[in-house]
Amino acid sequence: MTINTLLVKEGCPQEQMACFRKMEKVIVAMQDPDMGMKMRNQRLLITVIPHAMTGHDIITWLIQKYCISEEEALHLGNLLVKYGYIYPLKEPRSLVLRRDESPYRFQTPYFWTSTQWPATELDYAIYLAKKNIRKQGELMEYEKERYSLLHKRINHTWDFVVMQAREQLRASKQRRKADRIVLECQEQAYWLINRPAVTCQRALGRNRVKSSNCLEGFLKHSEQYQNHDPIMQGCLPSNPWISDDAAHWTMNADVVPVPTRLRVERWSFSFMELLSDTMGRKEFMTYLEKEFSAENLCFWQACEEIRHGENSRISEKVNEIYKNFLAPGAARWVNIDSKTMYKTLEGIKRPHRFVMDDAQMHIYFLMKKDSYPRYLKSDLYKNMLAKAIVPQETKKSVFPFMRRQRHSSPSPAQAATQATEEDGRVKEAGQIAEIVSAQQRIRAVRKTL
Amino acid sequence: MAAEKAEMDALKKECDGLRAQIEAARKAVNDGSMSASAGGVEAVGRVQLKLRKNLKGHLAKIYAMHWSADSRQMVSASQDGKLLIWDTFTGNKLTAVPLKSAWVMSVAFAPSGNLVASGGLDNICTVYNIKAASPKTLRELDAHTGYLSCSRFLSDSEIITASGDTTCCLWDLETGKQKVVFTNHIGDCMSLALSPDENSFISGACDSLAKLWDIRSGTCKQTFSGHTSDINAIAFFPSGNAIITGSDDCSCKMYDLRADQEVIGYQDTSLNAGVTSVALSNSGRLIFAGYDDFNCHIWDSLKGEKVGVLSGHDNRVSCTGVPADGMGVCTGSWDSFLKLWN
Repeated sequence: MTINTLLVKEGCPQEQMACFRKMEKVIVAMQDPDMGMKMRNQRLLITVIPHAMTGHDIITWLIQKYCISEEEALHLGNLLVKYGYIYPLKEPRSLVLRRDESPYRFQTPYFWTSTQWPATELDYAIYLAKKNIRKQGELMEYEKERYSLLHKRINHTWDFVVMQAREQLRASKQRRKADRIVLECQEQAYWLINRPAVTCQRALGRNRVKSSNCLEGFLKHSEQYQNHDPIMQGCLPSNPWISDDAAHWTMNADVVPVPTRLRVERWSFSFMELLSDTMGRKEFMTYLEKEFSAENLCFWQACEEIRHGENSRISEKVNEIYKNFLAPGAARWVNIDSKTMYKTLEGIKRPHRFVMDDAQMHIYFLMKKDSYPRYLKSDLYKNMLAKAIVPQETKKSVFPFMRRQRHSSPSPAQAATQATEEDGRVKEAGQIAEIVSAQQRIRAVRKTL
Repeated sequence: MAAEKAEMDALKKECDGLRAQIEAARKAVNDGSMSASAGGVEAVGRVQLKLRKNLKGHLAKIYAMHWSADSRQMVSASQDGKLLIWDTFTGNKLTAVPLKSAWVMSVAFAPSGNLVASGGLDNICTVYNIKAASPKTLRELDAHTGYLSCSRFLSDSEIITASGDTTCCLWDLETGKQKVVFTNHIGDCMSLALSPDENSFISGACDSLAKLWDIRSGTCKQTFSGHTSDINAIAFFPSGNAIITGSDDCSCKMYDLRADQEVIGYQDTSLNAGVTSVALSNSGRLIFAGYDDFNCHIWDSLKGEKVGVLSGHDNRVSCTGVPADGMGVCTGSWDSFLKLWN
């Protein structure tokens, strides 16, 4: 069932109506007094709202009635919420079905999309005006924009709009508080569906950085990495492709006794550079151990393993992390703020690949802002930098009489024969020397004869 | 009928209005051009790279190549039905993987070096374990309804593929099932590239748009337009803040992700061949773009000037790649040779 939604204006296309009718059948079944959902009074702050149900109940009912899986029930429930047949009482802007105790209510048929109650500009204007009058500054950004747009467009009837809004507000004050809240929620839900903050709004509202700043970023990056770019600057001791000498790779292997200077310099370019280098990470760990905050890096590493590891081991790894880092009184407890901790602990109940993301981000930024700059100023780093090797450039040809082919490297077979040739020549030279000295001795002996 | 038409027209007008608003918002932040900012930077001068190695071994057109994370091994795919894994230092072929379907269009090396993936007109992405005694098929990922144009490994357990059915897909290699399908393009997806932090990826398609996707949420975060023909190649600038695209309209463009727009275009009136592949040097200063005119041209990414050319191939350059350590650049061509330059 695909529904092309948003911006439903006067008249819904035929395909949509068919789908809406199907949804309404479900809704009516849900409200059946015998087989339908059990509704109860929900407390919203201090007011009691009648005929509400929890998200959990909705899903259970859908599973039972249609014999579907939980995933499908959640999906179906979400669609019902998105199209305005059920609306949430808490966080009305978030049109999502939550699988927990969040309260929901059925939308009155008056406001069903299929009723095609004309959601005209006038009505929308009245609604926004009411909101504005009721509480100044309650309008959201996109609502404020639309309000001013409408003000320009239907300026000629603006007095009517304001008058209607005031009248409706006065009438609603006469009602019981519970009824008033219910009607407000219904209306708000209706308008959220019919005048949503469209995705284009996201594109318009996106935070864009000034071009000049971005361009400077590129220049800086290029400049910083210029010395580290072998194509631009060459590399020491030599580029293996040119000299056929793998020394560069051996010196820059993952784990070496002493790293090269360029490598250690790169650790100061960004925190990510430090963490992605095995040796850099090891050094940073040593530093953190001195500062008694090594658990942060261990936690970060464990989270990375979850993000990039096998699916089947995710729950096991998440449990490990909980035991070691998050449980109260854990051996290596990490310091996360309470909101993130709560969210993570909730998420752990249903572990998935990205469940640790928020906590991991928090710790990452903690290390980046705090430990990383101090590490760069520390003696540990400075000593490493001082100790680091700057490889000597290897001379291009060791044997001057040996002409290396310039445009392609010799094949391994050739290299082998060259080596034997060299050996041969050395041996020859040695043999010649021996023969010469032998001849000298013979001459010497002859002389004596 | 008339009412529907009127509604369509009204919606179209609103769409155009919104598009104009987005353009205006982009212009508002466009307060500096690359040529102005890069004015103070030293020119790179003429870049002359020499041919260091010529790898012979394929018997038909080479369509794709990918470097291993160790910067020494490389895998190449040719329509003779073979994947060859090379040790580029010695020039030796380490492994040959015979393919079920010879019409291969993409190849990828896993960061761990254990796995290799390939796919093409058979619509299937086949993952091979090359560390076994003889290359074994680990998984056949079969759910796309169009040809496989590109694939990239996130790890040994996840891979992202781009297909001619206009979708990109994230697969779980343990189960062989699709985890997330990224739908938004309206033309065949031709190539994809992973961001340095592996949280997002970019794809270029035949609808001349490049899109940035968030891997976790499965949504398209940003769209970049500007090309007038199919985008064949796409790559991230090393800082992760910009993308470079190469297209059949004979130009390359750099888009900035934070400013949400094109910052510089790389075109030359003398170049009339489409761009097939794009790769960047480690610092991001040089762009190696393979063209249909049998050459690989080198651009200065900051100044937007052509600074060199790699000629030597006898047919279209189909793939280009720079290894992780940036030692040089490898070009693969329809003349069945791979050449290494630096």
